[in-house]
Order: sequence, then structure tokens, then C-alpha cells
Amino acid sequence: MAKESGKYPIKHLIGFLLSIVLTLLSVWAALGSDLPVIWIIAAIMLLAVIQAGIQLFMFMHMVETKGVGHAPWNMMFHSFVVATIIVSGSLFTMSFGFTHDHDGEGNHQHEEQQEMQKDHSGH
Amino acid sequence: MQLDEFFVTGEPLIYGGMVAIALVTSAILFILTYFKKWGWLWREWLTTVDHKKIGIMYILSALAMLFRGGADALMMRTQLAFPNMQFLNAQHYDEIFTTHGTVMIIFMAMPFLIGLMNIIVPLQIGARDFAFPFVNALSFWSFFFGAMLFNISFVIGGAPDAGWTSYTPLAGAAMSPGPGQNFYLMGLQLSGIGTLATGINLMVTILKMRAPGMTLFKMPIFTWSTFITSFIIVFAFPILTVALALMTIDRIFGSQFFTLTGEGMPMMWANLFWMWGHPEVYIVILPAFGIFSEVIATFARKRLFGYNAMVWSIILIAGLSFLVWVHHFFTMGAGAFVNSVFSITTMLIAVPTGVKIFNWLATLYKSRIVLTVPMLWSLAFIPSFVIGGVTGVMLGMAATDYQYHNTYFLVSHFHYVLIPGTVFACFAGLVYWYPKMFGHKLNERIGKWSFWLFLIGFHVCFFPQYFLGLDGMARRIFTITPEWFTLNFISTMGAFMMGLAFAIFVYCIYYSYRYSEREISGDAWGYGRTLEWATPTPIPAYNFATVPQVNTHDAFLEMKEKGKTTFDEENLEPIHMPNNTGKPFIMMGILFFASFFLVFEWITLAVIGLIGGLVMMIIRSFDYDDGHHIEVDEIKRTERAARGL
Amino acid sequence: MSENQLNAGPLEYRTHEGQMNITGFWIFLAAEIALFATLFATYAVLFGRTADAPSPGELFQPGIVLVMTFLLLTSSFTCGVAIHNMREGTVKGLITWLIITIVLGLAFLGFEIYEFVHYSHEGATMQSSSYWSAFYVLAGTHGVHVTLGIGWVILLLIQLKQRGLTAVTSNKVFIVSLYWHFLDVIWIFIFTSVYLIGMVV
Repeated sequence: MAKESGKYPIKHLIGFLLSIVLTLLSVWAALGSDLPVIWIIAAIMLLAVIQAGIQLFMFMHMVETKGVGHAPWNMMFHSFVVATIIVSGSLFTMSFGFTHDHDGEGNHQHEEQQEMQKDHSGH
Repeated sequence: MQLDEFFVTGEPLIYGGMVAIALVTSAILFILTYFKKWGWLWREWLTTVDHKKIGIMYILSALAMLFRGGADALMMRTQLAFPNMQFLNAQHYDEIFTTHGTVMIIFMAMPFLIGLMNIIVPLQIGARDFAFPFVNALSFWSFFFGAMLFNISFVIGGAPDAGWTSYTPLAGAAMSPGPGQNFYLMGLQLSGIGTLATGINLMVTILKMRAPGMTLFKMPIFTWSTFITSFIIVFAFPILTVALALMTIDRIFGSQFFTLTGEGMPMMWANLFWMWGHPEVYIVILPAFGIFSEVIATFARKRLFGYNAMVWSIILIAGLSFLVWVHHFFTMGAGAFVNSVFSITTMLIAVPTGVKIFNWLATLYKSRIVLTVPMLWSLAFIPSFVIGGVTGVMLGMAATDYQYHNTYFLVSHFHYVLIPGTVFACFAGLVYWYPKMFGHKLNERIGKWSFWLFLIGFHVCFFPQYFLGLDGMARRIFTITPEWFTLNFISTMGAFMMGLAFAIFVYCIYYSYRYSEREISGDAWGYGRTLEWATPTPIPAYNFATVPQVNTHDAFLEMKEKGKTTFDEENLEPIHMPNNTGKPFIMMGILFFASFFLVFEWITLAVIGLIGGLVMMIIRSFDYDDGHHIEVDEIKRTERAARGL
Repeated sequence: MSENQLNAGPLEYRTHEGQMNITGFWIFLAAEIALFATLFATYAVLFGRTADAPSPGELFQPGIVLVMTFLLLTSSFTCGVAIHNMREGTVKGLITWLIITIVLGLAFLGFEIYEFVHYSHEGATMQSSSYWSAFYVLAGTHGVHVTLGIGWVILLLIQLKQRGLTAVTSNKVFIVSLYWHFLDVIWIFIFTSVYLIGMVV
């Protein structure tokens, strides 16, 4: 890996500024823009993933393979996959059927379910 | 709280249990004191960080738990033997099937396999211990105290009674008040910490401590299955941790996750439980596959057929294990689309499993089989497991599952995969590696008796249950009607045959301890292929005096051909070993009390216990104990004595 | 550690034990991700189930959440600078930046506690509905992790004072830095999927 050199932690500074900018961008997308809700959710989740990447690569030295092999990025990759399965799988299982099986019955509970499913289809 | 609320009262069987516990405990205390063995116990066992001794403690605890779970099973079968039996009442029956399931999965199957991994994996990869010996001891004690916490529930406070799956809302505070369900939650939580730590520990050990030359695809297959199992543990156990924590918070602090009030969602528990629960069944089956592969290759005296296909099918099974959990609750009614998706993923698992079955058969094909006891267990596994697997595919079809769900068809199915899979593997592995652990073989003649009795008993017990299920006998009912009598009675006979087989197995251990020939060669069976057989018996604390260079998959076979040993006198160096420490025992002992207090919802005491646990962690953080070195002279002396030079 | 001393690369990687500690910690972090993913899944499934309690949109305040986010982002940056100093071999810089990091962490915790107390007063308690149970447990688990992280850094500061920068202490500090950055990663997702989405919907 490229050794950090010099007195100033340039890489960290860039990472820090980027994450501040991305945070402000997602706040603007959520509260300032008038995009449809699904697009907002998709956009800010994407921004969050990018920010997580900044932490992992620029701050946590994830690809410093010396002495630790490929374990770090390998584990992070798989944990990302498992996390996706856990979150989207739970939503899929716990809300999908209710909305589609009970179409038309439409009491308060079901409307809420439908709304929820709409919101989270951005995942 | 009154004393009669603290202890369980009014049940003759439980009074019997109390007397038995009191007698056994005082007998142990007496023997330890009379023979002045307290110091020995502390120095050699309670403070050890040696992976071999920890593995033996795991296996002994697991055998004790097998006894407990087996006793539960026999009581259930007695109750179901005749229509309208009065042996157990409904409440007691509920408690017993709950503890039977939990004990067998969490405190028997897993610790037994982890015990075998503990002993064998470092030996198979040419390592001198685990990556983190301290953490390994911590893991064991967390399992041990977790198991003890769960097991005392039947005399103190009352056993959990909501099934090993503990579905909410039944298991919630509203419908199951009192400490019973809390024992389940805290017992599993405490031992879960240890399982997760073991998973991490084994992964690092296998990644970073292999002998020179042993690439990943030259690792013995048991090590491979352990590696993948650890991977599943790392990703599945946190889900259980959270699920248990959420239910604990629901029950003790009044949150609304799985409740019927506050718009809680009881089925979310089932979702989380099976997200862990399905990977969990692969945690107990993959190491078993590894053991069978080792045993079959050894006693077929052939290289394992399709090594790469074996490894990739393990990896594929592990991946799929995270994608099938909904098949445990198809009847929740998530809808045709959700059920179809999970039906397909479920049936996909049959493919890599089938690959493995055919690889074992191909290994056996045209080989010269040596019919030892471990080989018998492995051979019996193949057809028995296939029956379990095929009925699993039947259950995997969502539409038909509505018929099978929660009947004895299901009960029979999972016993058909877990017993020939995991239990046979535990017996096979224990008998196979027994000479490595204890320096003598188990008696083959008595072993064969116990094997045949167990195998026949198993089929007699569980095969009728498929038909009982098809006849509509529901799971977890506590009395039967006369039309189910015949098959139930046969099933009970089978159960007692298995009980007898276990008794014979225990006798075999005693008999062999007394009369078996002591092993002097490290390669007890004479057909050893992998590095664990390269060490002398008894295994020195440091395992390998010199770590061999590995070039092939069957490393020890190559060493035998070239006349090499793990004792290369020219290249000895001082060996760095960790020191024994009592901290893991003390830390987990403190957390045991903290959990116990939480079970009874004594919050202040629980917080004090938790702080005690944190203090132990701080003490550990300041511990810069760097271990000790075993000098060359001592290694020479040990090796010469062990090898008879 | 003598026989395992490797002579190249950053100090924290130089012993075999040190390398194994770092590998093991990455695996632990993967487990932590699965743990938080389960909490996120629970939160997502229970989203909107507020029963009689106020909805998140009524309670969440963008200002305070943004301040908390910047505090944690900055602490992650200062923690990175601390590690940069460690690799340059300056113990004094390392200690200073670590202290700044935990001060920022404490400020974050202060805001979080204020926030929790405020919501409870408005009728959104952990007992009020399944949505709020999920909220408190998700955010609270992160808060407990931050608390433990602060305690952990303090322990290491004492050890750095006692022993200076060695292969062992630098290894420990590097691992705690991984932990701290990881908490920031989790917070980014809490910020996005709990607070922002809670305010949008």
C-alpha cells in the first residue's frame, strides 16, 4: 500500500471534507429538494454507502493487505451482502404478502403497510 | 420473594431431580476434597488455555448435556407411549420439549462439534494453539456457564415452556410471566457470546496459522468445513444476539417489539429467530460433513473423491443457508410470491448436498473399506441422511408444507437430518479421534453393539413418526388418542433402544479406560492421512516440535512415505506458549451471576454483576502477560520419551 | 514477541500476534455489521407503527441531529489524525488527538441523552409503541458502543502514558481507531435511514 507520507494527513483531510459535503448534500436532498420520496430515499441511501466507503478506505486503511491478507475487505464485502439480505429480506417477508393478499380490504393497518412497502422499495 | 417461589415445588419428578443434583454435587465436592484434587482442578483445567484440554471439557460437557436432553426425550416418549398417559402433565410436558430442543441444539450439538474443532483443527493445520488462547478459554466458560444457567431452571424458578423456538406472543411477558422464559433468553445469550468468539478465533487461526506450504486448497476437509462454519457463526450469531436482546427488553423493560399491544409484531420474532436458526442448522451439519469426509477417506484408504467439489459445495451451502429462512414459517401467510421464492432457494440446497453424497459414494467405490466403529457411523449416515434430506425437499414445497407444518412429519424430518447428520458425526468423530485425545482406543466390540443398537433404535423411533404426521398427529401435543397408539408405541421402543445404546457407549468409555491397550504410536489407526496423526501420543503441550512443510492435501501420508516426523532435532527452536490464567473463568462466573439476577429481574444486582464483568475486562486490558518459552532441551526430552527414542 | 518481530511496515503490524489481532478485529466488525443490520431490519419493519405516540416527523429536529453528525464525523477525522501521528512516531500528537476525539464523542453522547430525554417528555418512550422501541434500541445500541469506545480509549491513553509507543500499544490503538471509525459508519446509516427518512416520510 501507498505509505502515507509527509507531516500533514492529506488523505484524512480530503476524506473529512468529502463526508461533510456528502452529509450536507443528503440533508439538502431530504429536506430541501422536492424529489419524489422514493428517489430521495434511494439517493440518500446511496450517499450513505459512499460515505461508509470513505470511512473504510480512507480512514480505516481497509486495503492495507500487509500482514492481514484479504480478510478486511473480504469480511466487509460479505457483511455488506449479509446486511442487505437481513434488511431487505425482512422487509420483503414481513410486509410484501400483507399488502398484496388483502388488496381492497383497506383498513388503517393495511394502508400503513402499503405505504411502508412503497417507502422501502428503494433499498 | 418466598422460597417456594424461588424453588420449583409440587412435582415428584423434579424433587427427584433436586435430590440427584444435590447428591452428585456433594459427591463431586467430596471426591475433590478427599483426594486433594482442588489444586489440580484449578491448575490443569479451570485455568487452562490449551486448546486440547478446552476441547475435552467441551466434549465432556456436551456428553452431559446429551444425557440431559436424552432423559427429556425418554420422558416425552414415555408420556406418548400410551393413549391418555398421566406420566407428565401438560405444563411439565411443555417444559420438557422446550428444554429438550434447546439443550440438544445449543448445549449438545454445537459444543460437541466445537470441542472436536478445538482439538483437531490446530493439529490438522500444524498450529501450536488457537490464534487467541485466552479468548478460547473465555468462549468455553461462557458456554459452560450459559448451559448451567439454562439447566438450573428446572429446579430454580421454573423451566421455559414456549418451545425451543419460543415464538411470541406466547413467549412474551403477558402470556409467559415469571423467570422461565428469561432463563432461555439469558442462557442462550451468555453462551452465544462464546460461540461468536470461537467463530472469530477459528477463522483467524485457520487464516493465519497454517503450516508453511498449506494453501487454502490443501487444507484437510474438516478444517475447511470448520472455516466455513465459523464464517456462518460470525454472520448468524449476531442476529440471535439481537433477537434475544429484543425479547429480553420486551419482557423485562416493557418495550413493544413482539407484543400484541403498541402495534408490536409477534411474527418479527419468528423472522429474526429463523434468520439465525436456519444458518444454525448448517453450523451443526457442516462440521459433521467434514468429520464424515475425514473418516470415509481414512477407512476407505483412498484420497477423498472430488476434494474441490466438496469445498465448493460447502461454500455454496453456506451461502444458501442465509436465503431460506422463511421455509420455517410458510404458514405465516406472507403470500404466494414470498413463499415461492423461499421454496426455490430451499430446494436449491439439495443440489450441493447431493454433490457431497455422490462424492462420498465415489470415495467408497472400489476401495478397500476397513469396518471400524467410526466408519460404521459414517456409512450409516449416508442412507439415513438421504431419507431426511428427501423429506426436507417435500417440506420445502410451500403448498404441501401447509399439510406437514407442525406435524410429526416435520418432527421426524429434522430428527432424520440432525441425528444421522450431527449425532452420528459426533460419535464417529469422538471414536475416530479418541486415541489422539486420551491415548487409547475405544473398545471396538462394545462400540459396535452400541452402534447397531443406536442405528436400529433410531429408525424404529423416527420412521413411524413420518406416518404419524401424515395421520395428523400434531407436534407438541401431550397426550395421544388411541388411533395413534401402535406407531407411537413402536416409536417409544426405538427411543429406549437409543437410550440403551448411549448407556453402552458410556460403559464402553469406562471399559476402554480400564482395559484398552495404550497407544504408543501417534497414528493410532495406521491409516492417518492428515497432520493430526503426525504428533506423538499423548500430544505435547506445543503440539509440533517442528512444523512440517506441507505439499499435498494428505500431508501426513506424504510424511510417512518420505519417513519424516514432526521432530526434526536439527531445527528445534524455543517455542513460545501462552500462560494459564483464571481470568476467563472468573469473568464468566461473574457474568453468570449477572445473568441469573437478570432472570429474576433483580436489576440492581444485575447491574452490579455487569460492572463486575467490565472490571474484569479492564483488568485484562492492563494484562501484558507475554507467556513463556519452552526450551529446546525440554522439547528434546518430551519428544524422545513420547517417541520411544 | 521476539521471534515474530518483522521489521518492515507500520509498528502495529510488526508482530504476528499484532497481525492476528487486527485480522480478528475486522472479523468482529463484520459480526457487528450483522448485529446492526438486524437492528436496522427491525426498525424498518416496525416503521410507522407508532400507535398512540407522536410520529417521528413531529419530533425529529434537523438542527440537533446535524450537530451530532458533525461531531461524530469530526471525531472520526481526529481519530484518523491520531493514527497518522502514531505512524509518524509522535506520542504527544497521538495522545492529544485521541483526547480531542473522546471529547467530541462525549459531546455527541450529551446531545443524544438530551434528545432521548426530550422525546420521552413528548410521549415517545421505549414502551409507547413498537416503532419507538425500535428507535431507542437502535440508536441506544450505537450510543452504548460510543460509551464503551470512550472508556476503551481512556484505558489505552493510560497505557500509552505508562509504556509509550510499542508494537503492543500501537496495535491496541490501531484497533480502537478501527472501532471508532466503524461507529461513524453505523451513525451515517442511522442518520440517513432513521432521521432523514423519518423526517421525509
